[in-house]
Amino acid sequence: MNSQPTQGTSPIETPRRSFLSFLLSTSIGASIVAIFYPVLKYLTPPKTGEPATASVVIAKGNELKSNSGQIFKFGSKPGILVRTPDGEFRAFSAICTHLECTVQYKKETSQIWCACHNGIYDLSGRNVSGPPPRPLETFKVNLRGEDVVVSKG
Amino acid sequence: MTSKLRWISRLGYGWALGLSLLMTSPALAEPPQNKCLDCHSALEGNLQVKSEKWATDVHMAKGFDCAACHGGDPTQMDNKLAMNRAKGFIGAPKGLAIVHLCGKCHSDAAFMRKYNPAERVDQMNEYFTSVHGKRLKEGDINVATCVSCHGVHEIRVVSDPRSRVYPLNVADTCGVCHSNAQLMAPYHIKTNQKEEYQKSVHYEALAKKGDLSAPTCNKCHGNHGAAPPGIGSVANVCGQCHAIFADLFDKSPHKAAFARMDLPSCVHCHGNHEIKRPTDDLLGVAEGALCVQCHVAGDAGYKQAESMRKGINQLKVALAGSESLLTQAEQKGMEVSQPTYDLIEGRQELTKARTQVHSFNAANVEGDVKAGLLISARTEEKGKQALSEYQFRRKGLAVSLIIILAVIVTLYFKIKDIERRQKAE
Amino acid sequence: MARGKGLSTTLYEWIDERVQLESLIHFLSKKAVPQHRHSVWYYFGGMTLFLFFVQVGTGILLTMYYRPSAEEAYESVQFIMTEVRFGWLIRSIHSWSANLMIATMFIHLFSVYFLKAYRKPRELTWVTGFGLFALVLAFGFSGYLLPWNELSFFATKVGTEIAGIVPFVGRFLVRLLRGGDDVTGATLSRFYGFHIAILPGMVTLILTIHVLLVQRLGMSVPIKVEKEGEAGHGPVKDVPFFPNFFLHDLLGWYVVIAVLAALAALMPWELGKKADLFAPAPAGIRPEWYFVYMFQTLKFIPAKILGMDGEVLGILAFGLGGLFLLLVPFLDRDPAHHRRTRLFSGIGVFIVVYIIVLTIVGYRV
Repeated sequence: MNSQPTQGTSPIETPRRSFLSFLLSTSIGASIVAIFYPVLKYLTPPKTGEPATASVVIAKGNELKSNSGQIFKFGSKPGILVRTPDGEFRAFSAICTHLECTVQYKKETSQIWCACHNGIYDLSGRNVSGPPPRPLETFKVNLRGEDVVVSKG
Repeated sequence: MTSKLRWISRLGYGWALGLSLLMTSPALAEPPQNKCLDCHSALEGNLQVKSEKWATDVHMAKGFDCAACHGGDPTQMDNKLAMNRAKGFIGAPKGLAIVHLCGKCHSDAAFMRKYNPAERVDQMNEYFTSVHGKRLKEGDINVATCVSCHGVHEIRVVSDPRSRVYPLNVADTCGVCHSNAQLMAPYHIKTNQKEEYQKSVHYEALAKKGDLSAPTCNKCHGNHGAAPPGIGSVANVCGQCHAIFADLFDKSPHKAAFARMDLPSCVHCHGNHEIKRPTDDLLGVAEGALCVQCHVAGDAGYKQAESMRKGINQLKVALAGSESLLTQAEQKGMEVSQPTYDLIEGRQELTKARTQVHSFNAANVEGDVKAGLLISARTEEKGKQALSEYQFRRKGLAVSLIIILAVIVTLYFKIKDIERRQKAE
Repeated sequence: MARGKGLSTTLYEWIDERVQLESLIHFLSKKAVPQHRHSVWYYFGGMTLFLFFVQVGTGILLTMYYRPSAEEAYESVQFIMTEVRFGWLIRSIHSWSANLMIATMFIHLFSVYFLKAYRKPRELTWVTGFGLFALVLAFGFSGYLLPWNELSFFATKVGTEIAGIVPFVGRFLVRLLRGGDDVTGATLSRFYGFHIAILPGMVTLILTIHVLLVQRLGMSVPIKVEKEGEAGHGPVKDVPFFPNFFLHDLLGWYVVIAVLAALAALMPWELGKKADLFAPAPAGIRPEWYFVYMFQTLKFIPAKILGMDGEVLGILAFGLGGLFLLLVPFLDRDPAHHRRTRLFSGIGVFIVVYIIVLTIVGYRV
């Protein structure tokens, strides 16, 4: 149909061919955008700065009063930050070793107490009374300015 | 001695004679030993003491022989010489004599200190305050004494799982008498306690979950000073473990009201032996709820009950809704471990609300319910976000696939076009 | 002249004046690919290469957020999956593409084997290819540990333990791999170093040689097809690489992109449970599918065979199998003229069937 020289220099530009080329370049261009858009978004830092790791920062932790305790989130489990009557910071897992209820600080006796079945731990996490069979897991505590940094021991 | 006993002892005499002839021969001369078992292990009935059984006994392990309790001369094979009253032989003691015999050592602090300084020495005193002890003093020999529970010649320490008074075995030991209708009939005591107890949540914790701190008969009734706790003390007894509930109840209007009506606080609603896991249906004003057993429509208590139940229901429904949303998201492959963790806190608020019920003050319950609803709302939001993210991904995939398909199709036609062109050349 | 030219022409001339692109362009335009009934297998090398680039791209992106320490690895992956925008996409593509790449690599390896493309003059291509095969498996093994979840921890424990079976150097090898006697954070650091530095370096080197050799020697034509050509059925037809074969390649790559996107969106790679060094191994631990046949073989071997330790014999057998594959061009010399070559095809069939059957069994058991 197209009786043109077949030296292969310039191809015959029929409307269909140029349409096809146009389609091809557009769709390839679109696919490149579809690839680079997520990549660009990925490189943009997300709002929640950093992953929660094996160390947790309790902001303004040093505002915790003496002879009181505070529950905080450690990874996916609760922990309890305790400030002894002497002002020292300690942290433990807040999961009672009896039946996994969350413990709390009891001011009146300066002990850690589990409300479920009256289990009692001393301020070193040792189980001293009631059903709990084991002491509470102890965490390391460090102070950094106003914040308290708790990490796995 | 009864004639039966006399006949048996004559048999034993014959045995003993033959054996002692053998034993006294120089070839078999041995150091002084416990000859009592030589006969008594072969006897039948009440007089039988199997040596395998005695070998497991804690007293034997500590070096006490038969004479330490029964008196007599354990080195003698001859009946009369062995079971010699002059040598302190007391036979098999009965009733009060048993208690005093055990108490001779076990109430002697100086003596017990030689074996276990930390062991209590007031069991005998306690015993005499118990129902068993009091009746025994009045002459009733059918009541339990030391040996009824601890055994006689195979006494093990309490911490030994094979001991009859090991926590797992206590109910069975008490049940030997207390589940026996014939025995209990003269006292007009029910015999279904063990059966009921075995349906309870305490038994489940003890026997099935292996929690040895869970209560069995002696935790509530006492072991040596066994008696049912008085109506006024029930709350104290339950409160030994369930402290927070006892505390709340103490400060609630029910304390005075129940005392006035002579009702046994905790037991009145929760039962004593067949304590089942409480459900929310106990609370409220619907038919079958406990509150309406006393309260009527319009009175203050009725309103409190109604409000408390409503609040708790609300929270329960909200939490269930959040949970199902999160499960949906998780099954769709979305990562929802964070809100799932937060939901645990929400459930704890529900538990706290249910605990606060025991203050019988709707405002307290409402506080925990509100906190729980807040958490539930937050996790519900996260769940919805996860599901909408899921939808977003699917839509994004569809869009990308359309673009890629467009590329593939145009590529295909382009290739065909080029090939056609090349063929023509 | 300057005014009539387009931008691309100007650019081309500028570069050509400095780099002499002309000869490269000339070479590329002459590059041709034989067309015959087995041509479809030609695509799999390029496919593997394409997937490798996908791995490098997504892998580099992952390093922006991943933290290679035992305390933080799992949490950082969780972070990528939940907080980072499209993090789920990048991570799932990386995990899926790894598996896809190993699959195409197996197909590439066996198609070359059965078509005997390893014969002279392509022995070195085969040897470098086998080196790449080993390196990619090492990539898979080292990368698998990095999320630090239960499955990967125990799979690594079991896998590195097997290294200890090698006689004499076994224990040393294990310590070398694990960075200690047990799998710990030290292992993680080490595997990360392997995965993003050492292995990429080695692969770059060997891949360059492999691809250069392919360019130099062109595509091998199967013996039968060659013989038909000589017998007068006409010479084997060629298609130009640019644009024909390349566009076909591109088509295939876009299909793979679509598959990866669908897999990442519809079957995202799971996070698993964080590794606990002190927990006992969960039941049914096994390595990734591409190692299962070896793992299952070792499970089946009896403890003692003729007085020798069964596991050692198993490792030796696999070592010999690998050596056989590596040396096949030197063992099966001149396949065109020797009927002995049928034996090698037979061995190849046996190997493929063995791998498939043992893999299936490994998942059934």
